[in-house]
This record gives sequence, C-alpha cells and structure tokens, in this order.
Amino acid sequence: MATTSIVVEETPRVRQLLGRADDALILGHRLSEWTGHSPTLEEELALANVALDLIGQARALYEHIGTLTGHTEDQLAYLRDAPAWRNCLLVELPNGDFAVSMARLVLVSAFTDLFWRAATTSTDAMLAAVAAKAEKETAYHLRHAAEWLIRLGDGTAESHTRAQAALDDLWPYAGELFSTTPSDAALIEAGVVPDPASLHAAWNATMDAVLSRATLIRPPDGWQQSGGRNGQHTEHLGFLLAEMQYLQRSYPGATW
Amino acid sequence: MVDRSALRDRALAALETVTDPEIPVLTIGDLGILRDVTVNGDTVDVTITPTYSGCPAMHMITLEIETALARAGIRSRIHTTLSPAWTTDWLTDAARSKLAAYGIAPPAHTTSRRALFGEARPDCPLCGSQDTELISEFGSTACKALHRCRTCREPFDAFKCH
Repeated sequence: MATTSIVVEETPRVRQLLGRADDALILGHRLSEWTGHSPTLEEELALANVALDLIGQARALYEHIGTLTGHTEDQLAYLRDAPAWRNCLLVELPNGDFAVSMARLVLVSAFTDLFWRAATTSTDAMLAAVAAKAEKETAYHLRHAAEWLIRLGDGTAESHTRAQAALDDLWPYAGELFSTTPSDAALIEAGVVPDPASLHAAWNATMDAVLSRATLIRPPDGWQQSGGRNGQHTEHLGFLLAEMQYLQRSYPGATW
Repeated sequence: MVDRSALRDRALAALETVTDPEIPVLTIGDLGILRDVTVNGDTVDVTITPTYSGCPAMHMITLEIETALARAGIRSRIHTTLSPAWTTDWLTDAARSKLAAYGIAPPAHTTSRRALFGEARPDCPLCGSQDTELISEFGSTACKALHRCRTCREPFDAFKCH
C-alpha cells in the first residue's frame, strides 16, 4: 500500500531552500550509484565520501525546512513526487560514463563552491551555518573532480573524446544553476541568499582555468535547459525517486 | 539540592571516556566535537558539533555520550549545533600528538583556504620522512586523506586540514 505523498507549503524561502537541498541530495544519490562500480578502490571511497558530504548537507537543510513547514527530513526526502522537487536538471541526469560524472561534478561544484562561500553571510542563520560547513567540503569536491577532468581531457585520445562529449552534452544544463525564480528576488534583496547571477563571472574563470589545462574546448553558451526549479523534470528523476523512495513508500515509517 | 558544579565535574569525567569510534585514541574533547556542557536542574545538556556534514559517526557518538552519562547516573540531553563550523584548529596539541603516535598524520595548523590545486604534504607519521605523496584526498573516513611515504613505502592516513 503506497503512502500518500506530502504537499509542502512553499513560501519563497522554503522554495529556495528546497532547491539547495534537492540539488545536494539528488547529486549525492547519483554519486552513491557509483559505489561498487568505480574504476578503482580509492575512487570508490572518494565518490562515496563526496556523496556523504552532499547528503549530509541536504539533511541539515531539510531539517531547517522542517522547522518552517512542519515536515520531517524523511518526509521531505521520501514522500514528495517528482513535480515537487526543486533541483536543477543537471544533477538528475544519469551518471553516464566516468567522464560524464566527473564533468557534472566540476560544473556543479564550481558553482556551489562560490554559492556556499557567499552564503556564509546569509541573514538566515541556519543557512549560513550549513554554508560554513559546505564551503569547506565543496572545495575538496571541486578539486577532486577538476583533477579528473584534466586527467581525462589531457589523457588518451579515447578519454579526451569522451570528456569533450560529456562536456558538450552537459553544458546546456549548467545555465540553470544561475537562474532565479521571481520569488527569489526579495530573498536576494534581504540577504538570505546570494544572487546566483553575481557568481557567473567567477564560475566562468574557474571553468576556463580547468578546461584549458584539460585541453578541452569550452562549448558555446547557447540556449539553456531549465524547468527543474519549477518541478518540470526529465524522465530520469522519476526512476531515481522510485529507487530512493521505495522503502518508505512500501513500508511507511520503517526504521532500523 | 544537586550541587551543579559537582554534577558538571562528574559529567565531564564521564565524557572523558567517550572516544571517536573511528579514531579511538581521541576523546570527543580532544577532537573539538564537544562544544558545551551545562547543568539545568538535574539534567546535563551536552552540545556537540559534527566534523563533516555527513559524518556517520555522529549518531554513534550521541549514543555513546548518553550511555556514558547514564552509566554515571546522570540524566542528559544531547544537542547538535552546526555553528560555528568545526575546524581542525580545535584539535588540541595533545590530540595532535596522540594522532601521530596512532599512525595518523595530524593536520597542518593553518586552515586558510587552499588553492584549487596543490597542497603541502604531511610528514610520514611512521618514519618521520618528509618525502610523501598523496594517494587520494578521500580516505577511510570523511576526515582523512590517504598518503604514501616514499621512504618507508608505507601508506598512511592523514587528518585533513579543514
């Protein structure tokens, strides 16, 4: 017997916080899928560690959202249907090959590295506290993924081709990291969150530095995918949620 | 009437027995996880902070604090705080010595933000050599990285500077 999904009352602040939490949890879940399949034991540990950091960040944010909405962190993670998720599309795309996973981790971490650092001065004390922890963790994620992208891009002809293909495929999804919804304007004005658009120049500089060392060509900034922040997701999110939410949907309230 | 200061002293003594499950040579006090101990009536409020956001040891540490205090006959409440964010600067000098003796290279003292690439290498905690190399920045736990000594050829964990 399936459990009824929850409906979250989304104030602008809740909606914004859900976006940050959902980005972290969905990317963390994707990275956890590498467990048992990574190229080396060390990489297995590394990706599991990164996933753990991200899921930990998500948990702290869901707990904060819970104090604003009355839901538990488990309800927020396990009892929302796909249209209620506010993550960007980039994080829900399948892992693909190793180059795709590392290129995505670079694109996202280069953004969150800046976002969390700026959010350490948030007027939302809880968000500032999460940011202060997350920005230190993200610096490691970015460096790890960037070193891989450089190694793959500047590696063999095969790894270079795959890394460039991964970058070309993912690039149109990166723009959503910098998008805002109309309800974000007041939050940015009040210093609750940094304006993502203000981080774009620094993100460009990080990407250009990594890509030039990786001998990869930066794809043109053309039309960008979007919709995730409004709950319009790719088909991939539903499959991810079906797996991630299976236990709580099948055995409501199960604990161990 | 409970003697507040005596109760706090008993609680602190009990907490001295609580160690990190992954690094059993360090107490939670050594690690800087234990942030505050206050007495309220007949209950002791203990505040702890996680090292990393997703540190899976926090749950076990919470249970062990409750157990240690209950064993000492003390009623407790455990609180978790994220702010101020934990840093390796809070490791005591005693903790650094214990880590090295245990075979884990202690973190560098400064936690200034690192460059995107490159970082100082720790000395080998086993033979003391400065000729070491990084194997992976992500080790057996979230707080450690994996290195190898080029002199004695042994791999070793190093506490990440955080």
